[in-house]
Amino acid sequence: MPKVTVDGIEVEVPAGATVMQACEAAGKEIPRFCYHERLSIAGNCRMCLVQVSPGPPKPQASCALPASEGQTILTDSPMVKKAREGVMEFLLINHPLDCPICDQGGECDLQDQAMAYGRGGSRFDENKRAVTEKNMGPLIKTVMTRCIHCTRCVRFTEEVAGTNEIGALYRGENMQITSFLEQAVSSELSGNVIDLCPVGALTSKPTAFHYRPWELKRNDGIDVMDAVGASITVHSRTAEVIRVTPRLNDDVNEEWVADTGRFAVDGLKERRLDRPWVRVNGELKPASWGQAFEAVKKALAGVDAGEVAALAGDLAAVEDLVAAKDLLTGLGVTRLESRTDGAAYEGPAAHWRFNTGIAALETADLILLVGCDPKLDAPLVNSRILKAVRRKGAQVFRIGAGTEPAYPITDLGNDLALLAKLPADLAEKLAKAERPALLIGSRNASAEVLAAAHALAGQFVKDGWNGFNILHTAAARVGALTTGWVGEGLDALAHNPPKLLFLLGVDEVALAPFGGATKIYIGSHGDRGAAVADIILPGAAWAEKPGTWVNMEGRVQRSLRATFPPGEAREDWTIFRALADVLGIKLGYDNLDQLRARMAAEWPELGREGLTPAAWEAAKLKAGKPAGPSKPRATDFYSSNPILRASPTMRACVAEILEGRVPQLEAAE
Amino acid sequence: MLADKDRIFTNLYGFQPWGLEHAMKRGDWAGTKELLARGQDTIIQQVKDSGLRGRGGAGFSTGTKWSFMPKESKDGRPSFLVVNADESEPGSCKDREIIRHDPHKLIEGALIAGYAMRARAAYIYIRGEYIREAEVLFAAVEEAYAKGFIGKNACGSGYDFDVFVHRGGGAYICGEETAMIESLEGKKGQPRLKPPFPAGAGLYGCPTTVNNVESIAVVPTILRRGPEWFAGFGRPNNLGTKLFQISGHVNKPCVVEDAMSVPFRELIETHCGGIRGGWDNLLAVIPGGSSVPLVPAHQIIDAPMDFDGLRDLKSGLGTAAVIVMDKSTDIVRAIARLSYFYKHESCGQCTPCREGTGWMWRVMERLVTGDAEPSEIDLLLEVTTQVEGHTICALGDAAAWPIQGLIRHFRPEIEARIAKRRGFAVVPELPQAAE
Repeated sequence: MPKVTVDGIEVEVPAGATVMQACEAAGKEIPRFCYHERLSIAGNCRMCLVQVSPGPPKPQASCALPASEGQTILTDSPMVKKAREGVMEFLLINHPLDCPICDQGGECDLQDQAMAYGRGGSRFDENKRAVTEKNMGPLIKTVMTRCIHCTRCVRFTEEVAGTNEIGALYRGENMQITSFLEQAVSSELSGNVIDLCPVGALTSKPTAFHYRPWELKRNDGIDVMDAVGASITVHSRTAEVIRVTPRLNDDVNEEWVADTGRFAVDGLKERRLDRPWVRVNGELKPASWGQAFEAVKKALAGVDAGEVAALAGDLAAVEDLVAAKDLLTGLGVTRLESRTDGAAYEGPAAHWRFNTGIAALETADLILLVGCDPKLDAPLVNSRILKAVRRKGAQVFRIGAGTEPAYPITDLGNDLALLAKLPADLAEKLAKAERPALLIGSRNASAEVLAAAHALAGQFVKDGWNGFNILHTAAARVGALTTGWVGEGLDALAHNPPKLLFLLGVDEVALAPFGGATKIYIGSHGDRGAAVADIILPGAAWAEKPGTWVNMEGRVQRSLRATFPPGEAREDWTIFRALADVLGIKLGYDNLDQLRARMAAEWPELGREGLTPAAWEAAKLKAGKPAGPSKPRATDFYSSNPILRASPTMRACVAEILEGRVPQLEAAE
Repeated sequence: MLADKDRIFTNLYGFQPWGLEHAMKRGDWAGTKELLARGQDTIIQQVKDSGLRGRGGAGFSTGTKWSFMPKESKDGRPSFLVVNADESEPGSCKDREIIRHDPHKLIEGALIAGYAMRARAAYIYIRGEYIREAEVLFAAVEEAYAKGFIGKNACGSGYDFDVFVHRGGGAYICGEETAMIESLEGKKGQPRLKPPFPAGAGLYGCPTTVNNVESIAVVPTILRRGPEWFAGFGRPNNLGTKLFQISGHVNKPCVVEDAMSVPFRELIETHCGGIRGGWDNLLAVIPGGSSVPLVPAHQIIDAPMDFDGLRDLKSGLGTAAVIVMDKSTDIVRAIARLSYFYKHESCGQCTPCREGTGWMWRVMERLVTGDAEPSEIDLLLEVTTQVEGHTICALGDAAAWPIQGLIRHFRPEIEARIAKRRGFAVVPELPQAAE
């Protein structure tokens, strides 16, 4: 614990801390560009220079210098001031100073620090350097003349995304940051380089020239494009969500968010269901809410409660699920199902959660992937695996197929039978491993796979360590499982199809087996579910309602409303509340607070944000023999839900990143 | 003048073949096993006693540098010796002569130095443009392996030591020790932050010492003839013999071995046949390669050519690449050319050097023609101080110093050019009273 003196203030810092951290501990602000606490130290911007004694008689880069006992650090001496002014002048001489037309304007580190630490004017009388724009794909817009070569983006792709796609070409003042051969950056986390870029060199392409940061209203949200539940800030202006940025949450997403969560917000404006529809003589006709509710009442009148079922989709908030369940229970309906990918998990919470925890996965020493593809299913989990491999030397094994990840992986083969009889060397390593983790893809969590997995659970579940994990892809799934949306299973349901089917935003399920049933679709987008529905009740998308979301770990998180649903669409839980009146059922709540109180009464963990640990119980499953290849992802990374499918940006990603179709520029007419 | 019997590099001019057979006749590889048998600590102590200072430019005590290496590997990491043969400093050409005419001195030195610092192997990083020299070096290493002088049980000493030759890609910055390590690892040649120093974590994260070719090549002879012999040359703290590389406006430019601290006049008169046009025609000298400030004629003529003597003149010995300029030289243009070199060779990693070298060069180009404001001389001087000492490696300093030397000694010349271009004489700016 070295003690140092910063501008006369004595502070004690942990061993291994840098001089910069010591200065921060003393309450001193140190300007910086290249330094980022989640990336390796580059020390190349030279903005954080401070005067340190003992040491050479020149300013030192505080980000890279270890704090040591007895140092005297000056952060505002004339030497430091001159050094900062000098570095700032150098940064600006070849910077275009085009702040008025720069999208970073208003949230630009260079702008802020030039105001605080720079000189008033420029003494540079030569021509400025200009750099051609680089193609980085449909998500990242580049204006490389603005680049100050901090290499944050380079380090991010190498260390966090693991793709090594961005690097520097040439040297000296001709150094240029570019993607490999100017191909589109393919990483699922690529959008984070936009946040990392301290200047306007890398900005968001879809929203280029759309907004100024000070025009935006910020609301806390939760990313529901996958089941990680990344904390995000939703930026909106009037009735429109403009952009999404990650919010700090060390337990879940650190400060990253996947590209789907960040860029799919334009999908909130496309293909929306903005009024009720009722199918008359095989054709969907616009209807009023009253007509639609009457149609629902009529449809219900002709069937027994046992012939009614409901499916929960991937984007339903817990409030929606609870209100729907209360309504259906009131009608005597018991056939509720949320495991629309055919998964068979049930029982205690620990059997269908990501028990290890996303953050704790970093500390695993052996990771076995079964029928999942973390790179696409949950990119932020994948970056934790990368960390476990790079920092702790974890070994990764895979049963099933998937993309080639950035870390070394031992492919055991695409045969789920391997789970029941592990290869001898893996079994040996597993027995020796202290913190092994098993990740089962939700879509492959069949009864047989789970039986084999539970047979192995003794190896993975130890004192203080639970390595049994289901890797979910649906944001609503764990919330639905928590609130009891577990029925006979999708296969059994299809075998004995109901006559009336409620679909809560169900778009990922082949609905052909239910062809004979009257389908009532409650959701936000005109996608596969709505296309076959008989009655459509327009709901709100995730940004348009305050919602409770439970991520794959079982972490309860709340998001706020950023905008309002379009047209006549309503928040989903209010639809069920209104329908209850039409059907003469009493739900017992009239507003969100009452609904949440009702949730908390039955499921106390839903009453407060955060993670309530689930105790492990040994399962009593019938032994089953898994066999055959694993089920692959149903869609590509950019198309896994209706919002993504509706998003023009995500379509551009499919075209450019996945299919390699580079858009040809056309001359203006 | 150094007596012939005291020369270390006896085949500097290639009058004899470089091959192993002839090198052994000249005394190389003689009793190497016995030298190694003196033990690691003794070798390091004798190198320290000889007063050998690094010949690559910085002049740090070689023996002391070796003593920073770990005595034993606590975590199984091996140690490495990297020999810096990326001789790219404008004016320097001594390592080339060693490698192409006397490569076995270097290889034997690498074995002894590597043994002394307990290194597993030596990597000789040779400048990419040295094509013939690299061929000689590859062949010489082959010869030494074939004879069993290096490799398993090197020289019968029981010590296993490999020598690898790696060719550079032609970047000046790869002569900086940490950039060289990066380049050896296959990465972009950019200097690393220090700490950690290479002796703690260098090549592939292992303890590493980077030494100049000359520092390594003189070691076997020092050990054979004794540190006292080597310390018998030069002034205190500047001991030994040194390869001087005299280029420019002398009658016979040459690379020559002489004792340290030889006065400049004696060096030129003895080996180079005097200054072109006589001593009165001498304008200035860059005594240590392009990165040290120039010294005007009247200061350098009787100065001792060693580390301390030249430091007192606000310059440096550097690699002892003496660039002599007579009065026919356009001194501003000469320094502007050096500025272009540093702008061209900056790696671009850190801000002051990346941006500053280009700025300085552009101003220098205008000063050559006088197309500038008189105030820009001070501006340029201030920019050099903003670069100097603010960068990761010493390239920023190296880019700043020649300009500082120019302005320090030749300011009237620059002012005269500006005045001439403008068509009137410059009135010295008088201090004004505060209002």
